[in-house]
Amino acid sequence: MDKRSVGAHYGLRDWLSQRVTAIVITLYTALFLTILLWNGGMDHATWQALFAGDAFRLATFLFLASLFVHAWVGVRNILMDYAKPMGVRLALEIVVICALVAYAGWTIQILWGSR
Amino acid sequence: MAAADRPVDKPRPVYLDLFAIRQPLPAIVSILHRISGALMFVVGIPLLLWFVQSSLRSPAAFAAAMAPFSTLFGKLVLLILAWCYLYHLLAGLRHLALDLHIGIALAPARRSAALVLALSVLLALIVAVRLW
Repeated sequence: MDKRSVGAHYGLRDWLSQRVTAIVITLYTALFLTILLWNGGMDHATWQALFAGDAFRLATFLFLASLFVHAWVGVRNILMDYAKPMGVRLALEIVVICALVAYAGWTIQILWGSR
Repeated sequence: MAAADRPVDKPRPVYLDLFAIRQPLPAIVSILHRISGALMFVVGIPLLLWFVQSSLRSPAAFAAAMAPFSTLFGKLVLLILAWCYLYHLLAGLRHLALDLHIGIALAPARRSAALVLALSVLLALIVAVRLW
């Protein structure tokens, strides 16, 4: 028999996205540290050449987008535990969502906008 | 009578002074995972985006974006955030292992909690040496 105690599966989806984004973040971190060690540090020319590459830009976008989704699930979990009054929690959640969407826009501007 | 069947109509004594209860090591790892995550959300993300944006503009802007990290305050901020990142990542990997039912018995869970703490401090020390 198929036993389901909840219907919407928000919990499972968030649980899974928290872990998938964590793996993306870990892989990018390993990539970035490898590049840093490979170059023996970082100067402006290397830094700019790195961000001129389309593959690196995409990888960075994937990393930061994962970071924002990961941050959303984590901060929401914290708010669910400590911000008990419904109004306060909702207000804080709106602030967090707005900040993260703004960060996503800022990220696109940094990666593909004019410098 | 099993604990779950006992009626709960009479108020029970509650003693939850978190600072008086001695927290087990996995509990400390857990709360630090939260604190480091919250700190990176509030300070780390905007700082990271600001740094990437300003450092890419020109060689002079790159130097200017690096400049705050040569002050004591800047180094301390960077060191704390670096520890948060490394610690959060290590505690996260431990969490993923626990999800896969690896090391969930009490003794290995305690050992891995100690390992996460020790390794994060060691890596932070390496960062500190590189900074100073």
